[in-house]
Amino acid sequence: MELSGGEILIEALKEEGVEFLFGYPGGAVLHIYDALYEQNSVKHILVRHEQGATHAADGYARATGKPGVVLVTSGPGATNAVTGIATAFMDSIPMVVLSGQVQSRFIGSDAFQEVDCIGITRPCVKHNFLVDSLENFAETMKKAFHVATTGRPGPVVVDIPKDFTAPGVTVPFNYPKTVNMRSYSPAEQGHPGQIRKAVDLILSAKRPMIYSGGGVVLGNAAAQLTEFTELLGYPITQTLMGLGAFPASNKQNLGMLGMHGTYEANMAMHDCDVLIAIGARFDDRVTGEIESFCPDAKIVHVDVDPASISKNVTVDVPIVGNVTHVLDAMIALIKDTGKRADSADLAQWWATIKGWSDMNCMAYQLDDKLIKPQAVVEALWRETKGDAYICSDVGQHQMWAAQFYGFDKPRRWINSGGLGTMGFGLPAAIGVQLAFPDEVVACVTGEASVQMCIQELSTALQYSTPIKVISLNNRYMGMVRQWQEFNYDKRYSHSYMDALPDFVKLAESYGHVGMRIDKPGDVEGALKEAFAMKDRLVFMDFQTDQTENVYPMIEAGKGHHEMRLNPARELA
Amino acid sequence: MRRHVISVLLENESGALSRVSGLFSARGYNIESLTVAATHDPTLSRMTIVTIGTDRIVEQIIKQLNKLVDVVRLTDLTEVAFIEREIMMVKVRAVDAGREELKRMTDIFRGQILDVTDSSYVIELTGDDYKLSGFLDAIGRDNIIEAVRSGATGIARGDKSLKP
Ligand SMILES: Cc1cc2nc3c(=O)[nH]c(=O)nc-3n(C[C@H](O)[C@H](O)[C@H](O)COP(=O)(O)OP(=O)(O)OC[C@H]3O[C@@H](n4cnc5c(N)ncnc54)[C@H](O)[C@@H]3O)c2cc1C
Ligand SMILES: Cc1ncc(C[n+]2csc(CCOP(=O)(O)OP(=O)(O)O)c2C)c(N)n1
Ligand SMILES: [Mg+2]
Repeated sequence: MELSGGEILIEALKEEGVEFLFGYPGGAVLHIYDALYEQNSVKHILVRHEQGATHAADGYARATGKPGVVLVTSGPGATNAVTGIATAFMDSIPMVVLSGQVQSRFIGSDAFQEVDCIGITRPCVKHNFLVDSLENFAETMKKAFHVATTGRPGPVVVDIPKDFTAPGVTVPFNYPKTVNMRSYSPAEQGHPGQIRKAVDLILSAKRPMIYSGGGVVLGNAAAQLTEFTELLGYPITQTLMGLGAFPASNKQNLGMLGMHGTYEANMAMHDCDVLIAIGARFDDRVTGEIESFCPDAKIVHVDVDPASISKNVTVDVPIVGNVTHVLDAMIALIKDTGKRADSADLAQWWATIKGWSDMNCMAYQLDDKLIKPQAVVEALWRETKGDAYICSDVGQHQMWAAQFYGFDKPRRWINSGGLGTMGFGLPAAIGVQLAFPDEVVACVTGEASVQMCIQELSTALQYSTPIKVISLNNRYMGMVRQWQEFNYDKRYSHSYMDALPDFVKLAESYGHVGMRIDKPGDVEGALKEAFAMKDRLVFMDFQTDQTENVYPMIEAGKGHHEMRLNPARELA
Repeated sequence: MRRHVISVLLENESGALSRVSGLFSARGYNIESLTVAATHDPTLSRMTIVTIGTDRIVEQIIKQLNKLVDVVRLTDLTEVAFIEREIMMVKVRAVDAGREELKRMTDIFRGQILDVTDSSYVIELTGDDYKLSGFLDAIGRDNIIEAVRSGATGIARGDKSLKP
């Protein structure tokens, strides 16, 4: 079969099972758009800004586990996509971004809409390719999907000079069945000797702690993690990225750890004698001050990326491998040995933990005049029976969503953790809703974040994605305001927006339903009403308490055992 | 802090070099020198990187290099017995009695004089960092008009080799 580059691109997407292509046209990709016109196996989603395309593809990838695919034009199309590429990179999300480039003979001549896309994206992709001939195009596409989805996943950019997609210029098309890259072979199985060593250490623990992260979600190992944790009877905590990989409702779960984690999770981290880190990367939001991180613990670390191991914290038993295989092997070995940790020690450890849990660190005080943001998230959980896909933006609302929406399943909590990209939530929710048209998708956002990609409300209308936008509107960049309150003597420098739009009218002008809720008593009813509108996007503008802060909090330079708790906790 | 000589085999593709140099600048790693050229197999380039860092940093450098998709294999030569060679050319002021003295020094260091004028020599010298620096000190840095060094290259002794 002889095909043009544009046709090869489409055939490759079909071969890879791509359902949606999130894109925006322009000169350098017009040949490709023309080829798209001819077919209907790959559905193109026209966004309103290329950043939206990347976040939507990213949301799709996080919810499904399949790579998100983006198509942008050269120059400004590519640069607009960079924020979304970096967002996916920091959270290890599989994504393939196809960017148009000027004709190969013009590269380097400052041609119209030329940017060095390979150079610009190099530091924020897992890998990138500049297509160098039509003959190699199909193979490059295959490699791009392979690299994006295997090992530690990540975004891959394929930059395509316009001349290689011209109609009429054709080559024989054969999509490779396999990829052979001598320079790329991610680890799968862990080293058996290391696994044995780890299991010995794990079973010898007196005060064990499991710390799991996004790697368990990415590796689809929630079932293995749950079996492992239940088999051992040990306490477990998750990072922001790991929420849902172990059920929030399970009694062994101490909740999230780190800067805004629970008191019990952080205290147990600090006091444990064996730490079992699984698919987590010891981020500074998690460790707090490194000097006081887990001072008494021997550490086991399972990660598919050798570079994650002993990067920030030196570990005792590293295991490089895919979390699924390594957990399977550890479970089998633990079962085999028949040994378990000393039950008296473990009981005592759980008693200590109970003391910490009794501090009731998440308690907050309700108010009869002001809507508490935490209460909105709790009401959302009840309304959706804890089973919705929750996308979020960045700020206080993100932390409250993470803390108060108990996730029992993986891939339900969709947020930008590593880059912390405001504007992520709404387009990500579109990607999730497209993937799962019959599921409930909500976007918990803030009035500042949501304005960063607000134009995607238009995309949401075009493709009928009935997202429920839960805006916790505190009229502040709350997270910034909180830091200014704590660290800058309440000098609220430029964290207040004086001219907010009327979000109800805004939603309506985009063709959606808008609601404004300003009384605590109306929260429940409004949610009920909004979620009953199954085929409409509803923008819910909750006027929340402006002074509320996210607690607990580990401030800069502090350790896990030095948390700042909610002063209103006692009154609650 | 220790000096490490890392030998890297990578795909001979445009952009591969910038991935490596970009990695060093983005992560704030130190590069003393970096040399690269195609090998006997034209699809592969071999790079020698000299860096200085704590064990921990060098471990990260090696892992991060390995993670680059274009990197096929690498080895830290300083972990094994290895040979290090660098080529240097120095243009020096050579007048009067100094001419004879420079000629003698060049012989002692087993260098060669490549070019002569009535006031200068171009001297070529091959060796490791220690030898080249020693030569510059010996001839007196004040007499140097210009010096150009290739950066170190290295290879393991014995049967060990870096193959794809
Ligand atoms: C405002 C704000 C506040 C935040 N506060 C907190 C906080 O209080 N607590 C918190 O935890 N985070 C917080 N974060 C998030 C934080 O910045 C990091 O994004 C997060 O902690 C990283 O999570 P992780 O360690 O699970 O790593 P991820 O980024 O999810 O990385 C996954 C790790 O797993 C590995 N991996 C991937 N796939 C596999 C596989 N198949 N097998 C084995 N390993 C695999 C990867 O190599 C990587 O090392 C906050 C972010 C923001 C924006
Ligand atoms: C693109 C981007 N710019 C700036 C920031 C820094 N930042 C983090 S949180 C925040 C405020 C978010 O305000 P809002 O969306 O209203 O959420 P709130 O904290 O009030 O819940 C800012 C500016 C960021 N994370 N992303
Ligand atoms: Mg706000």
